[in-house]
Amino acid sequence: MIRYIYGNDLHNWPTLARSMFQDRATQFHDRLGWAVSVDARGEERDAYDAINPLYVIWEDGAGRHGGSMRFLPTTGQTMVNDHFMDLADGVRIESPFIWECTRFCLAPRPEPRTAAALMLAGGEIMTGFGVKHFVGVFDGLMQRVYRRIGATPDVLGTKGEGRAKLCVGLWEFSTETRARLSHGSGISEAQSKGWFQQAFGDVPKQGVSRAA
Amino acid sequence: MVLVAETTSLNSILERVARADTLTDMQQEIERLRDHFGVDHIVYHWVSSDGEQYGCGTYPMTWVERYLEKNYLRIDPVVLGCYQRFHPVDWKRLDWSGKAARNFLADAIEHGVGNQGFSVPIRGPNGQYALFSLSHNSDDDTWADFTASHHRDLIMAAHAFNQRALELEPGRAQETAQALSPREVDAMTLLALGYSRAQVANSLSISEHTLRVYIESARHKLGALNTIHAVARALSRGLIVI
Repeated sequence: MIRYIYGNDLHNWPTLARSMFQDRATQFHDRLGWAVSVDARGEERDAYDAINPLYVIWEDGAGRHGGSMRFLPTTGQTMVNDHFMDLADGVRIESPFIWECTRFCLAPRPEPRTAAALMLAGGEIMTGFGVKHFVGVFDGLMQRVYRRIGATPDVLGTKGEGRAKLCVGLWEFSTETRARLSHGSGISEAQSKGWFQQAFGDVPKQGVSRAA
Repeated sequence: MVLVAETTSLNSILERVARADTLTDMQQEIERLRDHFGVDHIVYHWVSSDGEQYGCGTYPMTWVERYLEKNYLRIDPVVLGCYQRFHPVDWKRLDWSGKAARNFLADAIEHGVGNQGFSVPIRGPNGQYALFSLSHNSDDDTWADFTASHHRDLIMAAHAFNQRALELEPGRAQETAQALSPREVDAMTLLALGYSRAQVANSLSISEHTLRVYIESARHKLGALNTIHAVARALSRGLIVI
């Protein structure tokens, strides 16, 4: 299932969190050879994990990480504005309606539907929170994954070659994309929406109103 | 109960917020904004890194005093549920399950805060965190309709207040926070000249999607409501010349 978890709530899902940071080490350090820092427990973290991002995580049947991505609003500190403005024509991308998506990661042997399920969750964020665009930093391999699942970003700029290739791109989300991702992941749109609502408490809790 | 009286346009309120010289000016505008949306209350609040409180709002003084006296900051589900987060939230979705929270709510309603609320947490530069909240007395459906149909305007208003508060912070370096990059200037200039989006994208050799993102960035930096207002502001501030 998809979980939406802010950084300061990750401790409630220790296995999920640990396996996510370990899978990130595998993908970004071991496989892509990026200069990321990996701690003694084999977990990869950077400065943006420290500022309470929102993680969207595919949790497998054993409660472990199957894939994930990390969101931050572009009105605050972001990786793109701190490090990759040159790949965005020198534009500081900043708006409450544009969120940054980074560290898109898949477990070493993910269920085939994981990437599409995550992108579908990205669509829930857009619809649920009124976000219009994502700006993302991703690697060359991911670019192929995005194309395969039918959620191709608009690439603003790239840096490096081969394994070291890094891209900055933009996503919007159309109803066609949603239908395609739902079909590709075998996850119904209702199910995807249900996970989002479960995470953000759409069911009115007792207290505020109901009987005003 | 009146939700949204179009007496004072949102654009002119946000324009005045952007030019506010003091918190007193901002106070006046938040009252206008409350009248514009036709809600009972709006509050903007920011505690800066050095512990200074910045804000303005329309809560009755009796409630503000009560809140401080009872030290409600510790148990307020709105503060606890929004702190360091960044998605807008209806108060119904927060955790009101504890006894302290329920008593707090009863007290708030007693003091005229209203039984409904909506908050926009704001994340600004350098770890800045602020909160913009509206509250009102109405039934659930009315409130749900209001927040859904004004979602975008509420978020824009929240950020307009925050941008100005940041600029008014004493000792803040006069950085070029609102400066547009050359690429944004190009895009806004061509739009001001009457080019269509397709023509602008074509002239700049970027996709229309990329152009939409550049325009949206420029709109936010200019504190404008939409592209037309953004172009007008860029022109009137001399950021673009045609």
